[in-house]
Amino acid sequence: MIKIDTKPRIAVHKFSSCDGCQLAFLNLGGELLELTRRVEIRHFLEAGLDDPDAEVDIAFVEGSLSTQDEIERIHRVRDASRYLITIGACATAGGLQALRNLDNQHDQWRDAIYAKPEFIKTLNHARPIANEVRVDFELWGCPINSRQLLAAVNALLFGVPPIDERDKVCLECKRQQRVCVMITEDKPCLGPVTRTGCGALCPGFGRDCYGCYGPSDNPNTASLSRRFAGIGLLPEAIARRFLMINSGAPAFHDAGLIARSGAHGGDSDD
Amino acid sequence: MTDSRRIRIDVPALTRVEGEGSLKLAIDKGRIEQLQLSIFEPPRYFEKFLEGREYKEVPDIVARICGICPVAYQMTAVQALEQAFGFTPSPWVERMRRLFYCGEWLQSHALHIHLLALPDYLGFDSAIAMAAKHPEAVQRGLALQALGNAIIRLFGGRSVHPVGACVGGFHHAPTPADVADLHQRLLNALEDARALTRWCALLPLPEDDDDFVCVALTHDTEYPFYAGRLTGSDGLSIDAAQWDNHFREDHAPHSTALWSLYQGKPYLVGPLARLNLNLDRLPDAVRDNLEQTGIDLPSRNMFHSMVARAVEIEVALHEAIALTATYEYPERPNDPVTPRAGVGFGATEAPRGLLWHRYETDAEGLIKSARIVPPTSQNQARIEQDLHRSLQNFGLAHSDDELRLHCEKVIRNYDPCISCSTHFLTLDLERRD
Repeated sequence: MIKIDTKPRIAVHKFSSCDGCQLAFLNLGGELLELTRRVEIRHFLEAGLDDPDAEVDIAFVEGSLSTQDEIERIHRVRDASRYLITIGACATAGGLQALRNLDNQHDQWRDAIYAKPEFIKTLNHARPIANEVRVDFELWGCPINSRQLLAAVNALLFGVPPIDERDKVCLECKRQQRVCVMITEDKPCLGPVTRTGCGALCPGFGRDCYGCYGPSDNPNTASLSRRFAGIGLLPEAIARRFLMINSGAPAFHDAGLIARSGAHGGDSDD
Repeated sequence: MTDSRRIRIDVPALTRVEGEGSLKLAIDKGRIEQLQLSIFEPPRYFEKFLEGREYKEVPDIVARICGICPVAYQMTAVQALEQAFGFTPSPWVERMRRLFYCGEWLQSHALHIHLLALPDYLGFDSAIAMAAKHPEAVQRGLALQALGNAIIRLFGGRSVHPVGACVGGFHHAPTPADVADLHQRLLNALEDARALTRWCALLPLPEDDDDFVCVALTHDTEYPFYAGRLTGSDGLSIDAAQWDNHFREDHAPHSTALWSLYQGKPYLVGPLARLNLNLDRLPDAVRDNLEQTGIDLPSRNMFHSMVARAVEIEVALHEAIALTATYEYPERPNDPVTPRAGVGFGATEAPRGLLWHRYETDAEGLIKSARIVPPTSQNQARIEQDLHRSLQNFGLAHSDDELRLHCEKVIRNYDPCISCSTHFLTLDLERRD
C-alpha cells in the first residue's frame, strides 16, 4: 500500500441504499469537522459537495447496483479513484434488496407495486459493487459504524492496509462475558457465523444476532443449521435466518438455499 | 426586467437531500412550461420482501427503508402488528416508545437544520464550509444531533438500524443509572434548543404564503409522536384503518415513488403541518419561546418549516426530560405476543411526517401482505405544486443561479427523504423566448 503524502481527497458515492452508512460520516459530530482538517472531501451529495467525477484518493461507495445507469456510474467512480472502499451490506453483498435475486421475481414484484410498471427501469438483480469493478477494501455491516470508518481512514493515512475484522460475533460476545442466548434460551443466534464489528449488540440485549455484518471467516453454517433444527426451527425458518440482510453473501446464500431445499423435500446435507 | 432569455440549466445532482431525484424546469417567454420533480432512486421492493416473513423479523426489515428514520418505521410496524394480534403493550412500553421516538426527532431535525438546510440561508455549499465561519452554530447543532442519537442508542444499541425494538415492547430495558445520566444531558441541552428556535426565526426566511391542507396526527393530551387520530386542517378526523376511504396512491411516469393524494389533491405532512394542528399541545415553555419569535401560527408559509423543526426539537427535549424523570426499571421490557390471523394498521409521526403501515398476517404470524405509505410520497405532489407557485411569487426574472437556489430551498423545506419514498435531484432548466 502506497503512502498518501498530501492531504488525501475523498469522495462518498451513493447507489441503491437507505443512506444509513453515509450517516457514519454525518453522525461523527465534532469529529466530522476534525476529519475535514485531515482529508479533503470532494464529493458527498448529502453533505452538499457535488463533484461526482472528481479524482480522489479514496472513494467510499454505499449501495448496490440495480440499474443500468448505476453500472455505468460505478465504472466512472472506479476510474477516478485510487482506492475504492465499499461501505455496508448493500455495496459489499447486495444488501436486503438482493432478496429479489433469489426467486427471479423482480418483474412480478414491480408489476404488483407500481400502477404503471413500464415507467420503472431497474435490472432484475441487485448486485454488490465487486461484481462490476475492483474493490480495494470492504467494510461490512448494516449499517457500518463510525469506528470502522475512522479505523479504515486512519490506517490509510498511516499508509498501512486497514485491518480486516473477520472474527465471529460469538468471540466478541464471549470477551464481553455475555450469557449465551442460544445455550440458555434456545434463541437462533447467528453469532457463531457472523463477522464481528458491531460490538455484539444483539446478544448484549438478550436477543439473537441476525447476521447484519455478513459471514465471518470460516463460517460453519451447516453445523449451525443443524443446531437451529435441534432447537425446533423448521427448514423455512432456518432459511429465513440466513436469507435476510446478507442473502447475497455466498456463505449465507448457500446455507439459506440448502435449508430451503430441506423444506421443499429436496436433498439436504443433514 | 422582462425576461426573453432562453436558458437551460442542468444540475445533475440536487445536494443536501436524502436520496436521489431531479428537477426539470423549462421557462418560455417568462412562463413556466414544465416543472417536474423526478424521483429516480431505484425501487427496492420492500413491501414484497415482507411477504412470507415472520412478524418478529418485520422491525429489522422495515428499518432498512431509511437510515435517517428507522425508528419511525419500526414503531409504526410494531403498532400495526400488535393491532393485528389484538395485543396491548404495557404502559411502560408505550412511554419508552415515545422516548425512543423523541431521539429520532432530535437527531433528524438537528441534522436537517444544520447539515442540509442552513447553508442555503448563510450562503454556503455545505455545513463543512459553514463551520469555519459559524463554528458555534454548527457545534450546537451537532451536539443536539448527538443527543438524539444517544437516546436511540440507549434503547437500540446503535442509532442507525437500532436492534432494541420488538413486537410486544423492547428486547431490553436501560438501567436507571444510564437513564439518569441521559436525563442530566437533556436538561443541559434545553437552553441551546430554546436559543436555536429564536435563531432560526431570525434567518432571512422568505415571505411566501400559500394555501394547503395540513394532515397530521392529533391527540387529546399530548403532542403527537406515536399515538392519535389522523386529522386534517379541513376537519378530517379518522382512524388509521379508514385511510383508503380518503387517500389514494398514484404513479407518475417521472417517478419511482408512488404519489399519495387526499380527496384527489396534494396535501402537506411534516413538522409545519403537525405544529399547525397541535399548537394547543405545546408545552408552556415551548409556546412562550415561540411567541417571542413573533411568528404567527398556524402558518401558511412553508419557509417556517425550519422554525417548526426547531420547535419540535424543543418539544422532543421536554418530552424526553419528563419521561426520563419518572423512569422506573420494569419487571420485563416486553410481554409475550400470540400471533393470529388478522389485519392491523399503524400511523405515527416520522420526523418528515405521517407514516402509515398496513399488514395482514396468517395464524402463524407470517406476513401475507404489507403496505407502507412514507411521508415523502405524500408530500411529493405538494412539492411540485408549491414549486410552481413559489417560483412565480419569487419572480422568474432572477438569474439561473438564484432560481435554482430558490427551487432547492423550496424542496428542502419538505426535507424529502427520497430513499424512503423509494431516492435525489437534478435541475434541468430550459428557457425559450
